Amino acid sequence: MLSGWFISLIAAAYLAVLFAVARHGEARADAGRSIISANVYALSLAVYCTSWTFFGSVGRATSGGLSFLTIYLGPTLMLLFTGVILKMIRISKAQRITSIADFIAARYGKSQLLAGLVTVIAVIGVVPYIALQLKAVAASVDVLFAGDRHRLLPWWLDSTLLVAAVLALFTIWFGTRHLDATERHEGMVAAVAFESVVKLFAFLAVGLFVTYGMFDGFSDLFARAAASPELARLLQPDSARAGTWTALILLSGLAIIFLPRQFQIIVVENVDEAHLKRAVWLFPLYLLLINIFVLPVALGGLLHFSGQAVNPDTFVLTLPLAHGAEALALLVFIGGLSAATGMVIVETIALSTMVCNDLAMPLLLRSTWLQGEKGRDLSGLLLLIRRIAIGLILLLGYVYFRAAGEAYALVGIGLISFAAVAQFAPAMFGGMYWKQGTRAGAAAGLLGGFAVWLYTLLLPSFARSGWIDDGFVVHGLFGLAGLKAQALFGLSGFDEISHSLLWSLFANIGLYVLVSLNSRPDATEAGQAERFVDVFRYAGGATDARLWRGNASQPQLVALLERFLGPARARQQLAAHAATRGQADWRELPADAGFVQFAEGELAAAIGSASARVMVASVAQEEDLGLDEVLGILDEATQVRAYSHQLENKQRELEVATSELRAANERLREVDRMKDDFIATVTHELRTPLTSIRAFSEMLHDDPRLELAERTRFLGIIVGETERLTRLINQILDLAKLESGHAEWTSAAVDIGAVVREAMASLEQLFRDKEVALSGEIPENGPQVQVDRDRLTQVVINLLSNAVKFVPGGVGLVRVRVFSLADSVRVEVADNGPGLSADECRLVFEKFRQGGNTLTDKPQGTGLGLPISRQIVEYFGGNLWVESQPGAGATFIFTVPLPAPEA
Amino acid sequence: MKRASLSRQRLAALGLLGIPLLTYPLLGLPEGNWLGLPAGYVYLFAVWGGLIALAAGVAERKGK
Repeated sequence: MLSGWFISLIAAAYLAVLFAVARHGEARADAGRSIISANVYALSLAVYCTSWTFFGSVGRATSGGLSFLTIYLGPTLMLLFTGVILKMIRISKAQRITSIADFIAARYGKSQLLAGLVTVIAVIGVVPYIALQLKAVAASVDVLFAGDRHRLLPWWLDSTLLVAAVLALFTIWFGTRHLDATERHEGMVAAVAFESVVKLFAFLAVGLFVTYGMFDGFSDLFARAAASPELARLLQPDSARAGTWTALILLSGLAIIFLPRQFQIIVVENVDEAHLKRAVWLFPLYLLLINIFVLPVALGGLLHFSGQAVNPDTFVLTLPLAHGAEALALLVFIGGLSAATGMVIVETIALSTMVCNDLAMPLLLRSTWLQGEKGRDLSGLLLLIRRIAIGLILLLGYVYFRAAGEAYALVGIGLISFAAVAQFAPAMFGGMYWKQGTRAGAAAGLLGGFAVWLYTLLLPSFARSGWIDDGFVVHGLFGLAGLKAQALFGLSGFDEISHSLLWSLFANIGLYVLVSLNSRPDATEAGQAERFVDVFRYAGGATDARLWRGNASQPQLVALLERFLGPARARQQLAAHAATRGQADWRELPADAGFVQFAEGELAAAIGSASARVMVASVAQEEDLGLDEVLGILDEATQVRAYSHQLENKQRELEVATSELRAANERLREVDRMKDDFIATVTHELRTPLTSIRAFSEMLHDDPRLELAERTRFLGIIVGETERLTRLINQILDLAKLESGHAEWTSAAVDIGAVVREAMASLEQLFRDKEVALSGEIPENGPQVQVDRDRLTQVVINLLSNAVKFVPGGVGLVRVRVFSLADSVRVEVADNGPGLSADECRLVFEKFRQGGNTLTDKPQGTGLGLPISRQIVEYFGGNLWVESQPGAGATFIFTVPLPAPEA
Repeated sequence: MKRASLSRQRLAALGLLGIPLLTYPLLGLPEGNWLGLPAGYVYLFAVWGGLIALAAGVAERKGK
């Protein structure tokens, strides 16, 4: 058996290690090299897994089967809504928020009333949860010492008190070392992350021991359990409790962000928003791992201790002990201790911040004693208050444990706390996304929800512990059955948690919305609502500063800062602020709105936003802005943002327009150049035949004795050249007519195959002259289309003569295909010429573009055939294009639509 | 209106997908034994693990 001394020694050593980790974290933070990485942040979130998880899940699994998992599925789902958490972090950083009470108070106009209310709810709600941790540690100590005959009386007569005291000291040590402007505790976060690893390791160890050491793996364990009807029902989700299942997922999803310690770790201790991305999956993975063995351990315990009275909450300890695995039991004990300490430390720090800022400070600021001590440095006093608060909270937890702890299983107590903090949800989410939500609405909702929680959950738990008469639970308040605490208005069939959650959230949301819609916010509230809801849109303090008007004296504000932050810290922050405003010396800074904002922010970080506001107002002659004025300024800010946004858009449009203009200009120039080219070509084309006509005419004129044969030859040339001239001029005229729309068209049903055959026949001689093969693949009775026959012939002849022009003589090959598609006829003219590049494929249809290389070759045409053909085909409602690759020949294709079938 | 980044939207979509998968009535569907283990147990951990794996894929993706 393990001796008491030995266990105490190990526990003390473990706490010392924890402390060393925390100190190391602090030292690193002070040196500016933060130890908090994305992984450390994700692991520190596992402070969610308390001794409830460590001991209680197994206990819960023995009665409720898989339903213990709901407590971990809720957080997994909640974390996926990263945007919500990111918004909370962003708001908290902008507003220097240090606790959940401060968050709600700041949103609703920095209200001291709300801050105090939230704090009271948090303390009352969470104290049972702290008691649960003490109970768990005490229970695990009891199990370990069960066989120890030489009990170390008298101190260990009440080990729980000792545990509470040690934890209080521990928390004070690294929770309140100094008043930090941001209220961050990197050492604490590092220690919590370390603890998380320890508890996971310990739980996996005991899980493996039970599953594979005591039994033959999962299948064996489950098979044996399935054999017993008693245990078999634990293996499947119980659909009879579907409502509870969903309620618990909702409850735990809210708890993961609204439990004070979770808010502290997720929001306040977040050093880098990017860390959230890791936490989104690493923390759920942690939850999954720590839960894999819960059901096996529970079943193992039930099978092994069948018939014996062993508390299932202690199975993780009793199973190893029953098999003499004392080292493992010790590891499990340390794991459980880890789980409890982590929770207690973070929770009490978070609560003590709230108690100090939102309960003690407002009282202190009103006291005459403080008024008399104007010049005193109060930073020490603040720390003292926090330390006392930590001690008191743990003492309260101990008292609760002594009084009520025995009545409940671990998990029952925890869920009471979950339901309490769920009351923050409407005011929080409403505050983040709904500008209309008001202070009165939030207060009404919180009070209503809290009252229902008190009546349906906390008071019945007191009644069960025998503190108060249980008449209101059994018979209803004043004997009215409709007021039975756990079957309110006759709603029965739910378990107490779902029942309480349903009614309290119903009251809470209802009152919040109803009262908000029927009340008017004051100026501060309206301003804060804007800043919270639109936090992603507010870049900085420009608008903030405009929302404050009045007179302040810099020395007084500085004195205020020194008083609450301590002189050294105050100077440091002042210097940093001066640097951001481009001033070397903070004494030079004007006491303007910006400076007041800075001072209020610094104070808010130390004593909460509500108290900070009161303090700043005490030294500054503030001019009250009316609600309309505030809304006006905010409106203006919104408009300015909208204008600048519009301006950006306009500028972008302008840039686009400019580049379009530039492109158009370029094109115009290109067209101009082409026209010049064309005129040059035309002139050239005109001059060549004219020159030869003139030369031959002169010869005929000068030498009347020319032989008849010669004379005839010359005249033939003259006639040919004249014809060429006519053709050129006709084409130009033709194009001009087509373009201006003055061309004359006839329309008739035309056999397209016949037209193509005719065109091929008329050019046969040309092909034969150049020794180019011409083949056709044309249906016998070609499809009929409604076109101008002559124009169509013109297109086909043009394509054929183009083809013959560009294929090499001798080996040239031109193939013509005509075939019908679904709604058109397709005509292809393919050659095996040099082909065209992608650019040329596009350019070849431009007017005046000549095929071939215009620099080296003599122009082979007018450059008008293809544009004219395209115009004609398009007039028919078809398309003309070319498909080609350099070296692989070209295929000119055109389509003509078939007439629609008659209806 | 600044739009939430794409990965945030994808994660939220996963959350919306997870809610029906992890509650009734879908949860009541698996019955009997899968791979020699109780179907409900396997289903819950498989869906849970799947969600985590997808979330990891989305969150750790390079860029935005």
